[in-house]
Amino acid sequence: MASTFWPEMALPPPDRRGSAAAPVPFLILAGAGVAFFVLPLLGLLVRTPWGSARELLTSSEALTALRLSLIASLSATAIALLLGVPLAWIYARVAFPGRAICRALTVLPMVLPPVVGGVALLLAFGRGGLLGGWLADVFGIHLPFTTAGAILAETFVAMPFLVITVEAGLRSMDTRFEDAARTLGARRWTVLWRVTLPLVRPSLVAGAILCWARALGEFGATITFAGNFPGRTQTMPLAVYLALETSPESAIVLSLVLLVVSLAVLVGLRDRWLGAS
Amino acid sequence: MSLQAQIRATVGSFDLDVDLTIAPGELVALLGPNGAGKTSVLRALAGLLPIDAGHIALDGLVLDEPAIAIRLPVEQRPIGMVFQDYLLFPHLSVLENVAFGLRSRGVGRAAATARALSWLDRVGLGPEANRKPGSLSGGQAQRVALVRALATDPALLLLDEPMAALDVSTRVELRRELRQHLESFRGVRLLVTHDPVEAMAMADRLIVLEQGRVLQTGSPAEVTQRPRSRYVADLVGVNLFRGTARHDVITITGGGSLTAVGVTDGDVFAVVHPRTVALYRARPDGTPRNVWKGRATDIDLQGDRVRVRLQGLPSIVAEVTPAAVRELGLDRGDQVWIGVKATEVIVYAA
Repeated sequence: MASTFWPEMALPPPDRRGSAAAPVPFLILAGAGVAFFVLPLLGLLVRTPWGSARELLTSSEALTALRLSLIASLSATAIALLLGVPLAWIYARVAFPGRAICRALTVLPMVLPPVVGGVALLLAFGRGGLLGGWLADVFGIHLPFTTAGAILAETFVAMPFLVITVEAGLRSMDTRFEDAARTLGARRWTVLWRVTLPLVRPSLVAGAILCWARALGEFGATITFAGNFPGRTQTMPLAVYLALETSPESAIVLSLVLLVVSLAVLVGLRDRWLGAS
Repeated sequence: MSLQAQIRATVGSFDLDVDLTIAPGELVALLGPNGAGKTSVLRALAGLLPIDAGHIALDGLVLDEPAIAIRLPVEQRPIGMVFQDYLLFPHLSVLENVAFGLRSRGVGRAAATARALSWLDRVGLGPEANRKPGSLSGGQAQRVALVRALATDPALLLLDEPMAALDVSTRVELRRELRQHLESFRGVRLLVTHDPVEAMAMADRLIVLEQGRVLQTGSPAEVTQRPRSRYVADLVGVNLFRGTARHDVITITGGGSLTAVGVTDGDVFAVVHPRTVALYRARPDGTPRNVWKGRATDIDLQGDRVRVRLQGLPSIVAEVTPAAVRELGLDRGDQVWIGVKATEVIVYAA
């Protein structure tokens, strides 16, 4: 530990974590960085009205928002799995003209401001949108400002996380296992179900969890496309935002619930991101 | 059961051009250096690599014939394949791995399980049926891979470097074991290997492949006694020359000549065993018919013999005793006289 910085860099130590002595400016900046992440969370914990937390949490508005959030985010994840896994498979295995462009468009929602996504969804599925009018006329389906609309908005924003995670898993998998299955007489569908998907299961699980976490926290696209109707489209993040004005304490408690969920996701994925613990 | 194949395919940077005929019950080894196209041949036979031209027929059943647009999908070919690192499905148990082929071909669960178990019993792995492949030893994994491939009763068994993933210390014993298991299989067997010892120990016939072409085919004895490629000559440890013979003098492609006895004129191979190459400080008188000068570029002690690589016309490898090296005072870079008796030059038509 007493060694100087440069020789450490020249010769990789057996265990890099904790074995290098950091230069002082780095220590200060890094400390500020950590504080920047920790302080807001601390604020949330310190200001939580623990005494009335239970009561606030079980209030009908909070429960309604929580229920709707769970339904919408799980539905969005289910749709993302249904559409995203075949999409990821095709991106990973099939070379077709325009694949790069298709993939770029698929992951665009990850970097697109969610509000813009919401506006774009309105222009496609809204009353006067590209598909919306037809959906309303032929099937009588109105998506904007409905629970289905909230699910659609969440799917739009969250599905890319699933697609790229599963695609990466499929790309890094040894495809000779699929060859082996085929020499044993398995048709493509059997290969997919009994070999490919089980082998990329870790990526499927990670992708689904990431997708679900993103859907759960979705705000911008949802409020733009689906609005803010309690019981119908008012999910947890929307409820938190609204509660900040009327009842800050319940906003804090609802935030805490979302924080606990996020932490649980992080712990669930720690093997993937932080190495085996 | 017999296999007839004419494989023309483009694989990466080279063209595969291989003709194969394997008789019923024969075990043939495809031998060649890494990158020779051995695995590609197996993949083409299995249908995993599409061929551009030629045909593949198994016992009259055409598997591939691009000219008439026949290409049987992999899963419909009556084949079994043992992959280099076995590729046992890690998420399935040993039993499920062996039953996989039967289940895929429509055998019911109970029947498939029973047959898979009897296959596992046959190779002494019944007790391991419920284990995951990850916990097996290399030899056990090899046997599971073998019975997984055999369980569907294939007409053609393809083995890709079946010993490569095994520990050197257990290889000899496992090779004998594998041979025994293979003997009970009645179909056509084709083994790929880059290890000549393995090829000779296992196979009835060798096919030497280099850069996508068949260089030689024959029994292990024929191939080693009359190598037709630098690759095999190096493996067997002999000097191989190619040239044109005329009146018992072979003019070697690449420079130099050798005199032999009773040679038919024409394009020939000549083999000189390193043990028969003599080295002298001064020009020897009389006896050897072939005498030329060379420079020692490499001196390598191997057990109780020393292999001396000599650069000259032609270049050659000599194998002498350590005592001889000492007597000659031979060092790297030294010039020496090389002598080879005409009777020690083995010549055969190219």
